[in-house]
Amino acid sequence: MTESLPMAGTPAQVNLAGLSKNDYRGNPSTLCQGCGHNSISNQLITALYEMNIVPENVLKFSGIGCSSKSPTYFLNRSFGFNGLHGRMPSVATGALFGDVRLKGIGVSGDGDTASIGMGQFKHAVRRNVNMVYIVENNGVYGLTKGQFSATAEVGLNLKKQGINEYEPIDICMEAIAAKATFVARSFAGDPKQVKELLKAAIAHKGVAVLDIISPCVTFNNQENAFHSYTWGKDHEAPLHEISYIPPRDEIMLPEEFDEGTVKEVEMHDGSLIVLKKLEREYDPTNKWNALQILEDAQKNNWLITGLIYVDENEPALYEKYNLPEKPLNRLTQEDLRPKPETLVQINKSMS
Amino acid sequence: MAKKIINDFSITVGTANGSGSQTSNTTILRALFKMGIPVSGKNLFPSNIQGLPTWYTIRVNKDGFTARREEHEIVIAMNPTSFSRDLADVAPGGAFFFADDIKQPINREDITSYPMPVKQLVRSDVTIPNNLRDMVANMIYVGVLAQIIGIDMEAIRHALNVQFKGKQKAVDLNFNAAKSGFDWAASNLEKKDPFYAEAMDKTSGLIMADGNTAAALGSIYGGVQFVGWYPITPATSLAESINEYLPQLRKTKDGKNTYAVVQAEDELAAIGMCLGAGWSGLRAMTSTSGPGLSLMTEFTGLAYYTEVPVVIWDVTRIGPSTGLPTRTSQGDLTFTAFMGHGDTQHIILLPGSVSECFEFGWRSFDIAERIQAPVFVLSDLDFGMNQWMTEPFNYPDTPMDRGKVLWEKDIEALKGQWARYLDKDGDGIGYRTIPGNTHPMGSYFLRGTGHDEYAKYTEDSATWERMMDRLKAKYETAKSFLPKPEIKKISGANIGIIAFGSTEPAIVEAQHILNKENGIKADFLRLRAIPFTDEVKEFVKKHEKLYVVELNRDGQLNQLLTIAYPDQAVKLNSIAHSDGLSATAKWVVNAIVAKEEE
Repeated sequence: MTESLPMAGTPAQVNLAGLSKNDYRGNPSTLCQGCGHNSISNQLITALYEMNIVPENVLKFSGIGCSSKSPTYFLNRSFGFNGLHGRMPSVATGALFGDVRLKGIGVSGDGDTASIGMGQFKHAVRRNVNMVYIVENNGVYGLTKGQFSATAEVGLNLKKQGINEYEPIDICMEAIAAKATFVARSFAGDPKQVKELLKAAIAHKGVAVLDIISPCVTFNNQENAFHSYTWGKDHEAPLHEISYIPPRDEIMLPEEFDEGTVKEVEMHDGSLIVLKKLEREYDPTNKWNALQILEDAQKNNWLITGLIYVDENEPALYEKYNLPEKPLNRLTQEDLRPKPETLVQINKSMS
Repeated sequence: MAKKIINDFSITVGTANGSGSQTSNTTILRALFKMGIPVSGKNLFPSNIQGLPTWYTIRVNKDGFTARREEHEIVIAMNPTSFSRDLADVAPGGAFFFADDIKQPINREDITSYPMPVKQLVRSDVTIPNNLRDMVANMIYVGVLAQIIGIDMEAIRHALNVQFKGKQKAVDLNFNAAKSGFDWAASNLEKKDPFYAEAMDKTSGLIMADGNTAAALGSIYGGVQFVGWYPITPATSLAESINEYLPQLRKTKDGKNTYAVVQAEDELAAIGMCLGAGWSGLRAMTSTSGPGLSLMTEFTGLAYYTEVPVVIWDVTRIGPSTGLPTRTSQGDLTFTAFMGHGDTQHIILLPGSVSECFEFGWRSFDIAERIQAPVFVLSDLDFGMNQWMTEPFNYPDTPMDRGKVLWEKDIEALKGQWARYLDKDGDGIGYRTIPGNTHPMGSYFLRGTGHDEYAKYTEDSATWERMMDRLKAKYETAKSFLPKPEIKKISGANIGIIAFGSTEPAIVEAQHILNKENGIKADFLRLRAIPFTDEVKEFVKKHEKLYVVELNRDGQLNQLLTIAYPDQAVKLNSIAHSDGLSATAKWVVNAIVAKEEE
């Protein structure tokens, strides 16, 4: 039923899955020109293409808001569920039980996650649902035309809204407090880092929270605002340069990495995330480091980006359920209806 | 002594909540059942873990009428707090058993009183460990009552065996306590009341179970694969029964689970998970009660519009927030019927017995997947948490109906030409694919936004209307998959009673009394599903006057019938009330007689 997309005149390049980049695309975006969300969708397409992941093995999820529209703009061949405001996590939790071989990719926003959906967000994190949880964070409600969100900074002055009086919620900190096993932050204006972090998030077996500051060009892009391009470009302080190395490749570190400042994180599938340190010594497997760096960033007005925390040892949700190899959604009556003798016994026990 | 009254009376036990009396009371109930005597048991308990008064009423009736009665011929008082009320509640000529450590005056000359040295007997029995004394103290009254009215001690042992699932130590401990009460009564009490339990043969072939256990088992035999739930009285024990039975009944040969149960963070998440699972091809269900149902509204509206199969059990209680959480009601009917955004109509199943709770447990999945819609099952606290004698659970008589699903080979055969929401067969039901389908043309994007036949986003007016009209047509189709109403006729009747759910015993009894004592002949239609099928329409048309009986204030079924059959509306009379208690035949009879005399 998938919409076929116009193919280029020349034979397209294909990846190891035999698919061209077109096979990963979605419909044209209806978001504003220059919206950070579009850039993220494009990086997602590239990341999945480069990782040779077949679109049919991905389930897309979203809630409500500008960000939540974006699953329409990538992976037309994947199943998708655009649900309710703030309720993407519960839908994804249930859906991924259908066939646990599938990878969930959820796209949410700061309103969808940090306001209406905070409870579900934290519980999906706590359960370690096998999904990438992207927050396209711009500090405002776009579809309802520019109200403050819960991640807007104190003192932000918006036309019509006035001045924001409340402390912002730090999504990464909330995720860590909820026992997240993968927490990263990035900036939509840094596509290379977004792509590498997406790859690492996709390789992670449990929940991977990726908070991407994604400026709203229409309602929140003043030069001095936290969620703006200018501010982000000026204040971005990457923790490290990041490089994702898929499991099938011989593990060879890229030349430009200096051995002394490199940290590797091995993912459950054998892939590696290679982090090249910048000026700070930073270990993303240490939870206290993670909280400290987030706290420091807030105090110093840094936009800290990179892999903030990762733990590859925790089992993903479905691993706790002792499920059969055959996906639950392919089981039949033979597997699902107990034999008549068992009911005879039950009736007997109640007589 | 007055004339013997055999197998026709009610026993009420007043205890303190949390004192462990549930075991004793269900032991009496099951022992009587084992003796072949029709019985019912109703627990009237407060929303409290420990301390507040609680009552348990057993109706014994040789003719098989098991609805609640307002009169209590035998009262057992174990709680000082409710003692005077319990004493006042004994019907004239009745019997009053009381723990003799309660030193309160007994000012009734018209009843027989039996003091019971409960504490003394428990203390003197050295086989009872100190820490269990309070727990088994309640078994003393079981023994005393058994001796006085003639309950067979072997039936008591059988009941304990069922109760403790054969755990010999627990059975012996409790049996011995009952026996010491029995023996003490035999040597110290003189029978003066007229009430006797005598073995008969009216329960053979029946079982005794509660509706939540039945619903849980029915769901398991229906192949439930995903349960998302959140604790709420009186629905909690449904999910807990599922948790209890699934590991016993639903493992693969190599010991893997063919299911997943998640206790969610709230009802919004519970239903959200179920929508995800239902979309993902799993037989998904949740169980809740009124306040939880309110929270599920937005998701069920979405499920209706996006056509996701999901089963929702509402074990109805009364009121908002806490309301009366331990009291029964049929008050969620109209809310459920239209639950969601504007223009929503839901399928509702209405079990009228515990064995029907089992049947609708499995059948609801077939209907949900066939129609691709949420299916509600409205049980209530009375079914859910009380023990009922009922027909044994019948093994599903039809194979699982997974509905219209296309897998890879089907998409291949169609050369990728299919549309999720296209009414190809003219029944309003489209074909769906399931995540994990690896065909490159197999996927679709489920969205709450306006969509066309191809599940593509559109805000086109004509398309919106076309999709909504198709959903309406689908709702019509649903009728042919729903259980038909059950009709109990009386020859010569020209009036009809319409009711649903747990009021069934009260109405059957009322139908009998109206006929025998008041000369009013009424047919009885017990509704088993919404939307109404043609049989309902016919019944309404055929009768000159109809009484719609239900346990809610506003006469909600009457409202729905009025909407469905406006030309018949003048014939419909509402008999509705809601005070948290189950229906009595007396209420039904009085209400109908009063209206007939108007």
